[in-house]
Formats: sequence, C-alpha cells, structure tokens
Amino acid sequence: MHILVVGLSHKTAPVAMRERVAFQPATIGDSLQAMRDLPSIAEAIIVSTCNRVELIACSRTADEAERELVHFMADHHEIPLEELEPHLFQYQGADAIRHLFRVSSSLDSMVLGEPQILGQIKSAYNTSVEHKSVGLILNRFLHKAFSVAKRVRTETEIASNAVSVSFAAVELARKIFDDLTNKTVLLIGAGEMCELAARHFVNNGVTKVLVTNRTFARAEKLAQEFEGSPIPFDTFHEELHRADIVLSSTGADEPVLTREHIAGAIKQRKYKPMFLIDIAVPRDIAPEANDLDGVYLYDVDDLQGVVAANLKEREKEVTKAEAIIEEEIGQFANWLAALDVVPTIKALRERFDEVRQSELDKALSSLSHLGDKERNAVKAMTLAMMNKMLHQPMTVLKKAQNGDNGSEFVDAIRTLFDLPSPDTGEDTTS
Amino acid sequence: MTISLLLFKATLLLYLATTALYLVDVVKRRAAATLPSRLLMLVGYLVHCATLLARYLELGHTPVTNLYESLSFFVWTVVGVFLLFELRYRLAVLGAFVAGSGSIFMAAGALIGRSGVRELPPVLDHWLFPVHVILAFLGNAVFALAFAAGIMYLVQERLLKSKTFNALYYRLPSLDMLDRINYSCLSFGFPLLTLGIISGSVWAEVAWGSYWSWDPKQTWGLITWLLYAAMLHSRLTVGWRGRRAAIFAIIGFLCLLFSFLGVNLLMDGQHAFSAFEGG
Repeated sequence: MHILVVGLSHKTAPVAMRERVAFQPATIGDSLQAMRDLPSIAEAIIVSTCNRVELIACSRTADEAERELVHFMADHHEIPLEELEPHLFQYQGADAIRHLFRVSSSLDSMVLGEPQILGQIKSAYNTSVEHKSVGLILNRFLHKAFSVAKRVRTETEIASNAVSVSFAAVELARKIFDDLTNKTVLLIGAGEMCELAARHFVNNGVTKVLVTNRTFARAEKLAQEFEGSPIPFDTFHEELHRADIVLSSTGADEPVLTREHIAGAIKQRKYKPMFLIDIAVPRDIAPEANDLDGVYLYDVDDLQGVVAANLKEREKEVTKAEAIIEEEIGQFANWLAALDVVPTIKALRERFDEVRQSELDKALSSLSHLGDKERNAVKAMTLAMMNKMLHQPMTVLKKAQNGDNGSEFVDAIRTLFDLPSPDTGEDTTS
Repeated sequence: MTISLLLFKATLLLYLATTALYLVDVVKRRAAATLPSRLLMLVGYLVHCATLLARYLELGHTPVTNLYESLSFFVWTVVGVFLLFELRYRLAVLGAFVAGSGSIFMAAGALIGRSGVRELPPVLDHWLFPVHVILAFLGNAVFALAFAAGIMYLVQERLLKSKTFNALYYRLPSLDMLDRINYSCLSFGFPLLTLGIISGSVWAEVAWGSYWSWDPKQTWGLITWLLYAAMLHSRLTVGWRGRRAAIFAIIGFLCLLFSFLGVNLLMDGQHAFSAFEGG
C-alpha cells in the first residue's frame, strides 16, 4: 500500500486559489464519498483550512491514484486543470509521510509552531472516521502523525516563546519577577490590546488589578470584569507605587507618566522592580524612565522586537524537529512495508518451520532407538502437518492481496504470530 | 602516586565532564542533559570527599596547609553548597559556571601550589583548626555563589534594559530569582563568616595567646566582614536589592578572594603558607 498527499497551502497558492478549492463542512461527507469512490483510492481524508487544502489517501497503485486525486480536485471545484496544477504539491511514499508529519508538527505553518493546525487535522480525521472513509492504514498514519507532533512539541522548543505582543509582555514580566502570583497590575486607559494583555496577566497568576480612566464609569466597568478596583484618574499617581506592572494606553497627546512620577513610585517601593508597558501611540510614559534603577519600560516597538527574536528562536528548533520526524518516518515506513503479503507469507512459513525443527530435534533425541527409515517418516509427517495447517491462511492471504482489506489480514497475522518487521529502511514503495 | 593524588585526578576529570555536560544543556538547550549533569556533579563531589578524606588520613590534619590543598578544599565547599542550592533553584548556567571555574581552580592549585609543608606545626594542631577552616571556607563558598549570581544579574538586567534579546537573554534566569539567590547567600554566608572569624580568634588565643593581632588576613577578613555587614544592613533597612545588591556581592567576593588568596600569596603573617614553612 502507498500513502499519497495531494494539495496546496499558503506556500504554494495565493488565497484567491485556496478559497476556490476549499471544501465546505456541510457537504464534506459527500466529498469524502466521492473521493473514496475513485477507482484506485482505498482510504480518504480531506483537510480543508484557510491556509491549506490537502487530500490524504492510500492506494495500491500510486501513480494512478495520484492522477485521480489531481483530477478529483479540479473536477470537484470546477477549476480547469491547467490553472490548478501549478499550485499543487503531490507526494508519495516517504515524502507523503514526511509532509503530513511536518504539517501536523506545525513546521509548515505560517506562524511556526502555532498549535491550531494539529487540532484542524484531528477534526478532519474525526470527520473521516464518522463517514467511514478511513481504514487500518490511514488510522495508523494519522495517529502516528499526532504522536510525532506531540513529540516535537515536548522535545523541542518550537512552540515556546510567545509570538504575540500581548503574550510576549507576560513572558518579559516572568524574566523580571519570576512568579507573577500576588503581583499587581495597573491599567491606565482602555484599549483592546491593553485588555488582552491584562487578561493574559490574570490567567498567569496576577491577582490584583487596578484600573484608572479619565471616565470613571469606564474604569469601574473594566475593574468589574477583572474583579479589581477602579481608581480616579486625578489621583492615580498616588497609587502608582502599588503596581508591579503598569499597562498604559490612553489617547493622551502628552505623557501621562513622567520620569519624576516613576522615580517617586520606585523609591516608595524600596526599589522593588516595576515593569511598564506602554502600548499607546503617541507614548504615555516618558522614555527616560527606563534609565531609573529597577524600572523596565517597554513600548510597542520593543515588544515587537521580542516577538521577532522569539520567532528566530523557534526557527533554530526546526532542525531538531526534523531529526525527530526522520526517525519516525523510518518506523512508520517499516510498519507499512510489513503489510505486504509476500514477505508475510515467507515470515509465517519460517516461524512455523522454526517450531517444527526444534520440536522435531527434541523428540528424535529421546527416540534414539529408531532407525533412519522411521526417523524420516516422522520428519515427513511433521512437514505434512505444517503444510496442511498453513494451506488455508496462505490461500486467504494470497486472495486478499488484490482486495482492499488485505492489509488488515496481514496486520492480524503479524500480530497473532509475532512476526518481525522486515528491515526496509525508508522505502515504502516496495 | 598516593591514593589522594589519584582520587584528585579522578575528581578533576569528573568536574571537567560535568562542565561539558552542563554546557550542552545551556548552549544546545537539551533539557535532557540536566539530570545527568547533576548526577555527574554529585559523583564528582563524592569522589572529591574521598580525596579529602584520603589526604586527611595521609597527613593527620585537615588538608589546607598549602595552596593546592586549599583550592581543592575551597572547590569542595563551593560544589557542596551549589548542590544544596540546586535542590531549590534549578540553574544549569550556574552549574556550568561552578563546575568550570572549580576545575580551573583545582588544576591551577595542582600546577602552582604543590610545594609546602606536610607537617602541621604543633602549635596549630588543635581541634579549632578544622572548625575555623571549614566555617571560613563554607562562608567563602556561599559568597562565591552570590558573586556568580551577581554577575548573571547584571548581565540579565542590562539585556532587559537595552532590549537585547540574544542567546543569553533566553538562558539566564529571571532577575527575581537571581536576587533571591543573592539574598539567601547573604543570609547564610554572613553568619558563617562571622563564626569563622570568631573561631579563628579563639584559636589564635589558644595558639599564640592573643585574640587579635592585626595579622593581614585578620585585617582583610574584618574589612570583608564590615562590607557584608553593611550590605545586609542596607538590604534590610533601605531595601537595597537588585542591581546594587548584585554589585555589592561582586565587590564583597573580590575582597574575600583577596583576603583568601592575595594575602596568603603576597603578604607575610600567620596565615601565609610561607609561615608554615618557617615552622
């Protein structure tokens, strides 16, 4: 059996093309059925997201199946083949396995390491299970892809280090305060980004939220959301020293916090550090405040700098992730190759013959009074017994070779008789 | 070759291997190397314990009478204190620093400081000798860790202020953790240093009939003690923490290092190794 992937992604096709080939969730059952009905396709999965559309299949005849999948994609969406084909990638065997492992590990995503893609593939797989368009091979393939993705996530740092500005702020705070529990956040003004960052802080242990706004009613409302306390805008400077983290985004033209305000607050705090995040443009906090001992002032550009650095850190992990994937391809390819009927029949015969030989030797050594003629008769009898017993399973296997469920018989036989996998390296096309 | 020398070499090799393993952890960021590094360091430490024990049995007194022995003893206390710290703070960077500088200290001691007497003058042969030495060295070891944490603090602080997100930024621990290490070192190190000075003074009375003789080591020890006392005081009252505390820890340790090594090597007095040679 061969594994195939045909599709397109944000790397090969513009959004205008991607939206034309997207499969609609409402009719996905019919689409799966149509794909499954293609003459050379044995099992089928359709992954359709805004960044990629992929047909995953397995078939006995790889090249034919590939052609059918390309035509299916074009016909199903009524796009001329010449227009579609330049955007398609087509993978078979080890390349197809590598492709799905990379995609589910988020190595192929627009934002490297983002976690959504794995969820999307899982739900595409579940849909195929519901519509009974997958069998032994794609079941095993997809589960393997999920476990590879998990390995990559835990064994590399591909998904660590924030790639959003608001989460980067939380990580920076951790580099200053270590633990965020019992820390106090002061929100000045109300912007969407400010609120989002505040929510991240609260989710990561911050317990106290102070809110101030020129319109006190808005401060009260926002404070309620965070179970914090509102502070009148006129007097918030007096409370500044209580804040470990300040998030500011007012619409003011002049800085709301001067260097002097902050110098006073930090002294009152006995130089316990303060982390100031200025999301406003024009800026709310005087930039010179960063020079004060124990004060760490970040504006939007600084935060974007962290995000860029974090992305670079993720890129460094790609090699590590790819090494894991190569290792797993080998394992899966071995399993797949073992599903071939001929080597299985051979292995089964060998296993039986092994048992026959060792039992025969044991028996003959305690029957030393037998002559050569008798010995040969005993030998012939064991051989005949073995052949008779193997006859029926072998006939079934040979017949199944040409049907869709042959792999299931092979897998069952290999498990029942504990047959070793043939060592075939990465070659899945054998 | 004596058993202690053989064990010494084994210790040195183990510490070098530990350094390499910690560096793999830090540079390649293979978290899988953390536990093996820690175990390897523990093994090195146990062999080091055996080294000192063998040396003690060979000599019949605590082996700190020449530079070679003293540095080895010093590294032994630093590694021991670090292993205790590791239980609370998981710090691969500090591990690489401790194992690395420890190996260098031991190798340097073995290269330049092998001479010196084996016999302890009878006047010094008193139970207060090991007590004084162990207290003083433990104090040194704790302050050595504070020094390392101080340097890491200053680097991380600078990176955060200047918004430089390089490899070090990702690998160094948080400012708060480094400051907490600084404070706990100070609160353990100061009593140890104090007791070290007091026990030395009592021992001096027993040996020479005077508690305090303004020997250069005593003078420098006192200066260091005053410095650390000021540091503790300002932290507790004015709240000097963070960068200032880190700078203080660095100056304090340099002072300590001078009273430990500089005085012995450069000046005469009861603590100089040359004093032993004179009998």
